[in-house]
Amino acid sequence: MGLLALFRRTPSSAQVAKERLRIIVAQERGTRGGPDYLPLLRRELLEVIRRYVNVDPEAVQITVGREDGHEVLELTVALPEKKAG
Amino acid sequence: MLDELIADGFDYIICDSPAGIEKGAHLAMYFADRAIVVVNPEVSSVRDSDRILGLLASKTQRAANGHGGVQEHLLLTRYSPRRVAAGEMMSVDDVKEILGVEVIGVIPESPDVLSASNAGIPVILKEDSDAARAYEDAVARLLGESVPLRFLEEPKKGLLARLFGG
Repeated sequence: MGLLALFRRTPSSAQVAKERLRIIVAQERGTRGGPDYLPLLRRELLEVIRRYVNVDPEAVQITVGREDGHEVLELTVALPEKKAG
Repeated sequence: MLDELIADGFDYIICDSPAGIEKGAHLAMYFADRAIVVVNPEVSSVRDSDRILGLLASKTQRAANGHGGVQEHLLLTRYSPRRVAAGEMMSVDDVKEILGVEVIGVIPESPDVLSASNAGIPVILKEDSDAARAYEDAVARLLGESVPLRFLEEPKKGLLARLFGG
């Protein structure tokens, strides 16, 4: 499967499932028991980012995940597409 | 109730929990020392398992008394090595990585499970069944034995089976 996956262009459905779960689980853990400061952190980060780039409020995603026993705070900002010309 | 069973001399008391995260699950888990979370390699099942793991860490007597929570194990069922190899199903490692809990057993998808259930006979009693052997392994691990996981690879087909589309 390892080699095959390298040549495969679209991700396998198992990979899609894993990625979806990563997001779902991280979000649910974030709201449950996880750090309470996340919503505020998100809002303040958004304010800072908006000073430089005009992004949508939904464009900032913050998740707390777990990798190799460490907690990983993941911040994703979707930048708006540049207008032509 | 539990005290009576202990007085009767049972070493292990296994409490089955109804599917779903409702009152039954809370009742089953509250006095637990260890929990076996049964999960299918499927998004909704893994998601629910994560919720249950969250409850095990907070809503049990051990958690309330600060005894460090319940010891958690994952039991992966309906596992299809063929579909995992084809990228159609999440692997043991995928599920383990997402949930962050050690795996106590992997039960291969098997028609024996439904037929045993239909007949009202525990599948573990069935001879020549991969699922039964996998359950036996899981029990051994629960009792503290170190048994390697098996049935994670698709059985190799012989040339004849290939030729005849087995």
